[in-house]
Amino acid sequence: MTRSCEELNIKCQKLLYKSAMKDTVDTQTQTPLADLIVCPQCDAVYHLKIPKMGERAVCQRCHTVLIAPRHKAGLIIIAISIATFILIIGAAFFPFLDIDAAGNKNSVSVIDAALAFSSGPLLLLALATAALILIVPLIRVVITLYVLVPVVLDLPPARYAMQAFRASEALRPWSMAEIFALGCAVALVKIADLATVGFGPAFWMFGGLVVLVVAQENFICKWSVWNSLEHPKKS
Amino acid sequence: MVGMELSGTPQKILSARQMGLVACTRCTKAWPMGTQICGRCGHKMVSRDYGSLQRVWAFWVVGLMCYIPANIYPMLRTKTLFQNDESTIVGGAVELAHHGAFGVAAIILVASVVIPLAKFWAIAFLAISVKTRRMASNSARHFMYEVVEYIGRWSMIDIFVVAILSSLVQLKTLATINPGPASMFFALSVIFTMLSAQAFDSRMIWDDRSGNGDSTHND
Ligand SMILES: [Zn+2]
Ligand SMILES: [Zn+2]
Repeated sequence: MTRSCEELNIKCQKLLYKSAMKDTVDTQTQTPLADLIVCPQCDAVYHLKIPKMGERAVCQRCHTVLIAPRHKAGLIIIAISIATFILIIGAAFFPFLDIDAAGNKNSVSVIDAALAFSSGPLLLLALATAALILIVPLIRVVITLYVLVPVVLDLPPARYAMQAFRASEALRPWSMAEIFALGCAVALVKIADLATVGFGPAFWMFGGLVVLVVAQENFICKWSVWNSLEHPKKS
Repeated sequence: MVGMELSGTPQKILSARQMGLVACTRCTKAWPMGTQICGRCGHKMVSRDYGSLQRVWAFWVVGLMCYIPANIYPMLRTKTLFQNDESTIVGGAVELAHHGAFGVAAIILVASVVIPLAKFWAIAFLAISVKTRRMASNSARHFMYEVVEYIGRWSMIDIFVVAILSSLVQLKTLATINPGPASMFFALSVIFTMLSAQAFDSRMIWDDRSGNGDSTHND
């Protein structure tokens, strides 16, 4: 189901190849630019053929997924985003680990963890940590909702939707909630012999967050978003 | 619906550059060569960002410079009833292994030592490879680039562990853990290597094999 339509492109390659040969300057008139899609990773040009729902168009030479439409993807992504939003807020304030050593108890939330660095020059680190775990994921969720809700409701795109979506894509590598979740587990083992450590509610929220982040990545087809922002209310 | 194979002979894949086009790397739309801003999403476009190699190396050097003190200074300062302990990244992992927690020791070692070093090597290799001919196949180098992009972020895990431990283990006289100066250097090192990898224009990987100039199309 996923690997099927890599051949999206061969036809057009030939077509473009021919036209490029005939007259390099005149390429555009042969094939309208709107009908082309260029792999962002390796610059290969393909003729646009939208794959069927559930199939993926993959770049032939670098295997980057170019188009991957999913049924009802918009609604699902909105649902996932709302759930993610709630989880991030919850995960910020509830304790994610608690510790008990000889009657000394302590439990911390993510906000506490980020503020652990708050002495001196480490303050910058505190801000960076908070940003990577909470703020960036939160911004991305909000942007996703802002961009996709009008699209799904067949309304005209929100103002600056394209810029917002572009920013959200640029922020993607800096969203590290799932790495933090694994960090909790490592920390737990590290001090297991020092004290009794237990998972708080926020830990499970982070676990859920990991699942949601992966699910969202699977459902979102960036090309479809760009396309519907470019041609709103197409149907 | 999807395009079918038209001919048995696979056609050579053309890059946008070879067709006289410039592509938006955010939204995949093609524009005539020379267009500077993508008309769809507003992203800045360059056909090949040759200047990017300078940024790659600049971030790379800063990242490496931060990585050295990150390994020399203590990452964690542990204070228990009987002793004050300062452990570096490697020291902490060795200690874990002594306690029998080999799995976690391995995670720490891989995330904080193996991945960063491999990443420095891989980025340098890629940056050099686009200047020299044929160091490895294009797809191998592209795979390497994707791995670097994907895995680099995971080095942050050690910073998060330090943050978690320092906030959690504040048990008055019994035991306290505080972050050492290495944590900041390590975080900076991860951030700068991420920036270095992001500055790299992966499209250059595919250029040299087809020849940078206009390859001769003969039919
Ligand atoms: Zn590609
Ligand atoms: Zn664009």
